[in-house]
Amino acid sequence: MRKVTFSQEFFKYLFLLVLVVSFSSTYAQEDATSEEAKSEETAAEQTEESAVPGGDPVKGKELFNSLCAACHKPYSDAVGPALHGVTERREMDWLYEWIKNSQALIKSGDQQAVALYEEWNKVAMNAFPQLSNQDIDDILSYVEQPKPEPKVAVAAEATTGEAQSGGGISNEIVLGILAFVLLMLSVILILVNKTLNRFAQANGIEVKDDKPKGKPIWVAFAENQFLVLSTVIVMLLVVAWYGYGGLMSVGIDQGYEPIQPIHYSHRIHAGENQIECKYCHSSARVSKHSGIPSLNVCMNCHKQIAEVAPETQAKGEQEFNVDYNAEIQKLYEATGWDPQTQSYSGESKPVKWIRIHNLPDFAYFNHSQHVTVGQIECQTCHGPVEEMEIMYQDAPLTMGWCINCHRETNVKMEGNEYYEKIHEELAKKYGVEKVTAAQMGGIECGKCHY
Amino acid sequence: MKNFQLIIVSLLGLIFTSCGDKNEPASQYFANMYYTVPYDTYGEYEIFENEQEAKKPVEGTIKKGWMPYEYEDNTEGYEKAKTELINDLAYTEENIEEGKELYNIYCATCHGEKGDGKGYLVEREKILGVPSYDDKGRAITEGSVYHVMYYGINTMGSYASQMNTKELWQVDMYVMKLKRDLEGVEQPEFENK
Repeated sequence: MRKVTFSQEFFKYLFLLVLVVSFSSTYAQEDATSEEAKSEETAAEQTEESAVPGGDPVKGKELFNSLCAACHKPYSDAVGPALHGVTERREMDWLYEWIKNSQALIKSGDQQAVALYEEWNKVAMNAFPQLSNQDIDDILSYVEQPKPEPKVAVAAEATTGEAQSGGGISNEIVLGILAFVLLMLSVILILVNKTLNRFAQANGIEVKDDKPKGKPIWVAFAENQFLVLSTVIVMLLVVAWYGYGGLMSVGIDQGYEPIQPIHYSHRIHAGENQIECKYCHSSARVSKHSGIPSLNVCMNCHKQIAEVAPETQAKGEQEFNVDYNAEIQKLYEATGWDPQTQSYSGESKPVKWIRIHNLPDFAYFNHSQHVTVGQIECQTCHGPVEEMEIMYQDAPLTMGWCINCHRETNVKMEGNEYYEKIHEELAKKYGVEKVTAAQMGGIECGKCHY
Repeated sequence: MKNFQLIIVSLLGLIFTSCGDKNEPASQYFANMYYTVPYDTYGEYEIFENEQEAKKPVEGTIKKGWMPYEYEDNTEGYEKAKTELINDLAYTEENIEEGKELYNIYCATCHGEKGDGKGYLVEREKILGVPSYDDKGRAITEGSVYHVMYYGINTMGSYASQMNTKELWQVDMYVMKLKRDLEGVEQPEFENK
């Protein structure tokens, strides 16, 4: 269903406010459901003894992360096998040789090496001639460390200064409950009143009305002509205001925030990880469309990142009510990637993203003109995307909004050969140093409406 | 009378609180030319396979201004590209500038702005195993860099969908410049176009 959003908001809050005010005087609710954050920190005691004599796990971690972690994980299979326990499976001398130059070892006909190569689909391992035996000892001592116990993420108490009220229940729900209780109370009161009256009538007792009958208030109001007139005028103005506002909000999707098939968070990718906008939306540089990235762009990183960090996961569950790891599994389902075997099954199905920013078909907008030539920041039109957990439309995208910007923005002419002569002539004509898009003809009909 | 008033008030309350939904698009007034008659880019139409308007071109066709990459995506192809593939762009300041810009968008998040494998994602330990460009075991060359960008290697994906051939070569040029910086080798002179 399509709706007009303006004017409901105001009344919604007014209605709720009235409810709250009428209610809070009679009944004050104490909220005692502030949950204590459970911190089940199991201190994983790192055993300092390493399985490899003379190896330094700290140095080893650094080497491992820069050289090996692209294909190996200590405790699970990746491109190459899991490395934990390798010193029990193989001889140390064999390991030295294998790591320094695995291909040479295979060519020399070493049976262990050939069997391993066959088993892992003949994926060649890089040679590392720069590693000394000491370095390899360090790396091996790092991977031979016992698997650390997973630390349960402590609820983010430090970040939220005060205890959350209502244990994360939104205000609207609380208000709804209050309204319901109020309604029930009034119904009960009316019922009680009726029964008492009936009892009284049955017993022949006259219920005394000890209030003197005055004029009802609305009669008094109707008799005061000045009051009536001014009220009518105020009412007319209010109706005009909301009527016009309602009409002006027809067809404006500002704040449109549909529920996407995968809960993709711009906050994490563009905000926390500072991934450049054009990394995923690469067609914005060269095309009319700034397309939604195809799934191979997702897999560039998510081949390696199958799970989010525990603190990210905890934050997602607490604040946004979303399980990020399950969302990554949805991506794997769409691409047909199997993290267990590290291979594609070949069965893929596209993700049906919902497009938020829609221009009518009679308006032509070109991203590359604005992004590459105009060098306008993405946030100018799309708002603070790096802070959005769920994407919504920030700007109204109306014609007035476009034209306003064209009137105020100067065209980037320096370093652009195309503008050399044009700038000279236009600057003379208008007597200005800088030329706005409007002066360039950027508000002519045909420029955007063909 | 009393009941009547109550009903009116509760109805009004319902009306004013039930509307306004940010998950729905706004209503429109006579949407005459709002929706496309031809197929919209990335649109969803039943007549296509998977309902995707974006269809793949026929295998083996070559469009104007583009040439297929002739090395295979395997170890032999990699070795071959490493030895014989060379960059035919001129080494100019302009190309290096473009390359730097693109490098900072697509590569620097992992490989670092200096190419030492210490990008922002590596610092945060999100992505691991990013080597430095002056890694002697890998001994990258112009050809091997292009090959890896085109196909991806191990956990690195392909970047051919995000950049065109010329842009890939510009990035390649900048990567070799970073490698020379890391090794402390003299940079060559810029050529004139």
